[in-house]
Amino acid sequence: MSEQDKVDPERRDFLITSTTILGVAGAAGACWPLISSMNPTPSVKSEAVTEVDLQGVAPGAVHTVPWRGEPVFIFHRTQGEIAAMEESKGGKDPQPDAARVKNPDWLVVIGICTHLGCVPNKTAKGWLCPCHGSIYDNSGRIISGPAPRNLDVPPYHFAADDKIIIG
Amino acid sequence: MTNRVIAWIDQRFPLTSFVKHELTEYPTPRNLSYWWNFGFLAGFVLVLQIVSGIFLAMHYKPDIHLAFDSVQYIMREVNYGWLLRYLHAIGASAFFIVIYIHMARTLYYGSYRAPRELLWWSGQILLLLLMATAFMGYLLPWGQMSYWGAQVITSLFRATPWFGNDLVLWLRGDFTVSDATLNRFFALHYLVPFIIFGMVLIHLVALHAVRSSNPSGINLADKDNIPFHPYFTSKDFYGLGVFLIVLCGFVFFKPDFFLEAINNVPANPMQTPAHIVPEWYFLPFYAILRAIPDTLGGVVAMVMSIMIFAAMPYLDRSKLPGGARFRPLYRLAFYVFIIDVAVLSYVGAHPPSGVLVDVGRVATFVYFATFLLLPPVSILEERWLRARGLPPGLETLVVGEDDKVGAEK
Repeated sequence: MSEQDKVDPERRDFLITSTTILGVAGAAGACWPLISSMNPTPSVKSEAVTEVDLQGVAPGAVHTVPWRGEPVFIFHRTQGEIAAMEESKGGKDPQPDAARVKNPDWLVVIGICTHLGCVPNKTAKGWLCPCHGSIYDNSGRIISGPAPRNLDVPPYHFAADDKIIIG
Repeated sequence: MTNRVIAWIDQRFPLTSFVKHELTEYPTPRNLSYWWNFGFLAGFVLVLQIVSGIFLAMHYKPDIHLAFDSVQYIMREVNYGWLLRYLHAIGASAFFIVIYIHMARTLYYGSYRAPRELLWWSGQILLLLLMATAFMGYLLPWGQMSYWGAQVITSLFRATPWFGNDLVLWLRGDFTVSDATLNRFFALHYLVPFIIFGMVLIHLVALHAVRSSNPSGINLADKDNIPFHPYFTSKDFYGLGVFLIVLCGFVFFKPDFFLEAINNVPANPMQTPAHIVPEWYFLPFYAILRAIPDTLGGVVAMVMSIMIFAAMPYLDRSKLPGGARFRPLYRLAFYVFIIDVAVLSYVGAHPPSGVLVDVGRVATFVYFATFLLLPPVSILEERWLRARGLPPGLETLVVGEDDKVGAEK
């Protein structure tokens, strides 16, 4: 048996361990393209920006637009509704009305009930979710029912007085 | 803790004994060469194809109005969609390369011989399933070559006596290859790989019953066998590394190498491309189809050219153990066959004109001759080798094998 043929257990263990680690890391890395392929494509992501023209939405009317496939309520509030909302603090998720709007005339909220994802219907006092009876006020704040949070406000900004960009 | 969990499982499921029997104690001939790596590689490519295929199916649409565009969508939009598609398309070619080498090894070393007939025949079924899957998958991109390939191959069934036309109509679900055809091809292209997977398990059960053959062609004494794990797991993984380097070379640097440019044109049922060729792995059989100047005759010859492998255990009449290494005439026949397949591939890839028609016919004749002349050739070869004198000890092995086969009957 020559010098080179001698078994060095430590060297062998090191090689086995490092090969195994490298192999597992490589196999895990090879899974990434598979996982990534299930994520939204760039074209889906590009639909996440919606431009809305506010002209023609009369006071008291709700304009519903799709944003990322979800309905967004754009509510042109009357002065009376604004005043009532600014006085109120909301229900179980209290929040001042000013923190929920950029321009008090326009309430922009995602029309998805924070309970289990139904689309609430407009009522005189706000919204009523048909699925489990959650009631929201005219600021989209939860007043009663099983919903845990106020209606979410999407990221948006006013590009002009009568134009907003959501996303 | 681990031991207790394993003990708990072992009382209910033969985990430890299974691993011992099939892996850590499974006796494998120590003299296996790298030609014995290709079975494992075929198993790996099968998993690669199933996995990449499942993720492609999440984005692909089997509808004649959407199919072509959905493939472009996969290539351009889906995250890593280009990688999935190239892996899957090149993986198909890799699958056939691996399987053909696996088969060539079996032929060269006589691994199909008793007692491995069922192992060989389960492999023959796997080859047919693989060909069917590849053929149906090739329609899915809905390019010109996809469409006309499917049109031609489904038309072959028209040669069936009596009910050929009805059969073709039934296969297509329409008068031409159409939306109905595309949809059913997609459904079957998704299904059959799982049947292949099950058939591979049967192939492995058969393998573990008769054990691997080896380059000597003689069943080795126990002392010449070594456990599959770790010796052949490490050898298989080394081969896998080399294989992956080659595969990735194509996927990342030559992704179009195996793809037909004309298939980037959407299918047009009103216009056949000037030159139709099947994928390279069907070329020899396609050349045989075209060599016979009669529709039914051509189809029969093509089917026979694939199915004739199953007859090998009976065509080879030699009682001497060992593969082509120890059998000069058989070795000659093997190389004639390999060269002939290469010639047929060349003929199949080119338009049938001039001298190529004759070359194709001669090559077709030679193809079948290498099989059908094997019984007399192998008997004569055995007589010649015996007259020349067998190596000492071999005679006992010949008799021994005869006795064993007789005892099994």
